[in-house]
Amino acid sequence: MGIEGVGARVARKEDKRFITGAGRYVDDMVVPGMKHAAFVRSPHAHAEIKKIDVKKAQAMPGVIGVLTGKELKADGIGNIICGWMIHSKDGSPMKMGAWSPLAFDRVRYVGDAVVVVIAETKGQARDAAEAVDISYEELKAVVDAPKALERSAPQIHPEADGNLIFDWELGDSAATNAAIKAAAHITRMKIVNNRLVPNAMEPRAALGHYDKAEDHYTCWTTSQNPHLARLVMSAFYNVAPENKLRVIAPDVGGGFGSKIYIYPEEIVCLWASKKTGVPVKWVADRTESFLTDAHGRDHVSTVEMAFDKDNRITGLKVDTIANLGAYMSLFSSCVPTYLYATLLSGQYDIPAIHANVRAVYTNTAPVDAYRGAGRPEATYLLERTMETAARELGVSPAELRRKNFITSFPHQTPVIMNYDAGDYAASLDAAMAAADYAGFAQRKADAASRGKLRGIGMSCYIEACGLAPSAAVGSLGAGVGLWESAEVRVNAAGTIEVLTGSHSHGQGHETTFAQLVNQRFGVPIDSVSIVHGDTDKVQMGMGTYGSRSGAVGMSAVAKALDKVEAKAKKIAAHLLEADEGDIVIENGALKVAGTDKQVPWFQMALAAYTAHNLPGGMEPGLKETSFYDPSNFTFPAGCYVCEVEIDPETGVTEVVQFVAADDFGNIINPMIVEGQVHGGVAQGIGQALLEGTRYDASGQLLTASYMDYAMPRADDLPSFKVSTSNTPCPGNPLGIKGCGEAGAIGSPPAVINAITDAIGITDIAMPASPSTVWAAIRATKH
Amino acid sequence: MSEISLTVNGKRVSGAAEDRTLLVHFLRENLGLTGTHVGCDTSQCGACVIHVDGKAVKSCTMLAVQASGSSVVTIEGLADGADLHPMQAAFKEHHGLQCGFCTPGMIMAATDMVNRHPEGLDEATVRAELEGNICRCTGYHNIVKAILAASETMSSKGKDKQAA
Repeated sequence: MGIEGVGARVARKEDKRFITGAGRYVDDMVVPGMKHAAFVRSPHAHAEIKKIDVKKAQAMPGVIGVLTGKELKADGIGNIICGWMIHSKDGSPMKMGAWSPLAFDRVRYVGDAVVVVIAETKGQARDAAEAVDISYEELKAVVDAPKALERSAPQIHPEADGNLIFDWELGDSAATNAAIKAAAHITRMKIVNNRLVPNAMEPRAALGHYDKAEDHYTCWTTSQNPHLARLVMSAFYNVAPENKLRVIAPDVGGGFGSKIYIYPEEIVCLWASKKTGVPVKWVADRTESFLTDAHGRDHVSTVEMAFDKDNRITGLKVDTIANLGAYMSLFSSCVPTYLYATLLSGQYDIPAIHANVRAVYTNTAPVDAYRGAGRPEATYLLERTMETAARELGVSPAELRRKNFITSFPHQTPVIMNYDAGDYAASLDAAMAAADYAGFAQRKADAASRGKLRGIGMSCYIEACGLAPSAAVGSLGAGVGLWESAEVRVNAAGTIEVLTGSHSHGQGHETTFAQLVNQRFGVPIDSVSIVHGDTDKVQMGMGTYGSRSGAVGMSAVAKALDKVEAKAKKIAAHLLEADEGDIVIENGALKVAGTDKQVPWFQMALAAYTAHNLPGGMEPGLKETSFYDPSNFTFPAGCYVCEVEIDPETGVTEVVQFVAADDFGNIINPMIVEGQVHGGVAQGIGQALLEGTRYDASGQLLTASYMDYAMPRADDLPSFKVSTSNTPCPGNPLGIKGCGEAGAIGSPPAVINAITDAIGITDIAMPASPSTVWAAIRATKH
Repeated sequence: MSEISLTVNGKRVSGAAEDRTLLVHFLRENLGLTGTHVGCDTSQCGACVIHVDGKAVKSCTMLAVQASGSSVVTIEGLADGADLHPMQAAFKEHHGLQCGFCTPGMIMAATDMVNRHPEGLDEATVRAELEGNICRCTGYHNIVKAILAASETMSSKGKDKQAA
């Protein structure tokens, strides 16, 4: 490992612009002639649109255009779709209702976009939006998924009878029922996974610019995957053909999944730009973000876990209702199915598993992938159940887990996944040692002497990253391939540009991808530029989500580097009159092994471009491309231990210690990996203690600002103790597993296990806010 | 419309803005200083923190006209030419940022925090004082580390100056 190579703790290259205020986010973009959009949104959760009167708004100062859904439809703009087909267990395809980017006949959630106003200034656009007069006839609304399945519930989409989108199953029902019947012990629980709002700090934004001269569109958008945005807007929404649409995702201020999807606003800004003849910018305010960003989680499940007389798990039966909100967002269908039920084996050897999942429409914001996407839901269900089982069986939670760990690999679970490698006991041991698990009883006694309730909880998670291979995900219903592309351009003077289809919105790709190049060629990372986020520069890519950029994106870079290296060695061998098999690359030079003959990297590059002296038949230049499709998912896993102290007088829970021991395979930059874990754990603690999305019964979002939705703040969290073990992933050339989501996946059950341990109860609802905890403590006393 | 003139990052500037224009929008849209960000509508997130007459202020809580005659420092004006401010350097060294969106507000709030605590800072104080700045990426772990480190650097620099 060099000082800038793989494994080095290199400070980030991209930081310079962010710490000096020079970052460029969509809202920072200014295009000549640019005007501003404001959306008129539904104030009702469910209503018929009777009449839209825009005359008064059109006459307001500065107004350029007031556009409706009927005009959008007339121009042939398509409905927003879900791109992952799920079939119900009866073989029927999922029931997808129509989602027009601007509603024209019916609104289905508070925040549904109805009219867009374009004006000279943002203030004028908002003033005129207030003057748009829309008559609604209110309908009964339903926000709770189990209630939406009741006969009396209002019908939300004509396509989905009884609001049921699909009724899907995975696993062997008969074998699982038999295991439960024969069990020595069964642990049964109802598990609720609370709805969350992702809350990237940069609100969503879009700037659409139609260029009449070129008949060409440009869209700056807060996207995690600009190429997918171009593909979908072109192929499905009829905004413009791909060759006439450029999508740019510049600096993006966090995503956590919420910026994967293509939302109404970017479609409307592009369409409105052509319609009005001016570039159109829209920036969400925070309340719009709360109302309309795709939310996460919102599962209600029942679980039965069967054990034999030796406390080995013999079967797991799960029934889940997943709330998908008012419309099916882009990947909403795969989250509670293939990203959820496939992980229900956890780290455990479970011979029989069956999961049934019903996905349901409600009058709430669409729900899609949020950091972890399905895997936090699976982990929470499993790890809460394991903890409860250990308490019921009167055995140590750690030892019950250890007894049931999978220990030989590869391991085929009953729910599709084939785990390639792992060492779960190593993570468990590391976490327990770091947490001083053995010393807990003493700490609990100390806390009691101070009048505090102290509890400890653990969680052993597994997740799946780098969804792949494309043929496999295609067979499961995915509408896209999940490979990644890379192009490595070696310039004539030896500097390097790496073009990648991955997109960085906080992950530090400009540094880690450059470290990979440095490792191979010895070129300083300052001489390596990472180019991403622009469909005019990078031909195609699938973007960043599902912790895929290391395992898939960097593997594509590695494959392209292989090709560059092969050609570079041929050129060097020719220049040095040596055999190419004898050429090695060391310290920025290509050398004949065992001799002092060498050619510096930049001189080899120059030779490739002067082409004065290349091997016979070789094309000039040095630029290589790779499209990398992995052979399997990757399986990061680990163990988290949380320790809490609760003040019984106030119900306030303090996380006094949080330990994370993760196995991410090989690591490019430990500093960045630790940062990913910190952030993920903070979001998981947020889910467990603070964050609750509340709709009232009429469908009004009560938690639509930072005054009402409790974001984790610095004084809600401790400093974290993180460590990694590194079982290389055999499925990709770099041995990387992925680290972006683990923290959010593994932490909520550890926190809730600690709280229930402290209070001495079986379950408590997330978020375990002070009032909830206080009430739970009170209930134990009556 | 009102005529507004103030000093921003050491330069006299002026411009016209609607009376309802917030200071943050004046900085971003009239002056092109887009390093100051807007992350919420309720003065909770702190992405817009700047210094007004030497004190940290959320620039979304102040009208542009209220700042007329004031001296404002934004993230763009914190470094001394090419030399980063110790707080900026510490955020980079300790990986105190990921997506970078909350970072300008964090750094401006943090420099003010150090200035208000000449006695020095500890972790609990830093965490309590960060109440008005939200970060969704870092879990605050490395932000706290960066501020504590910068606090040391800033106080030793201050002592060097006194000694000189």
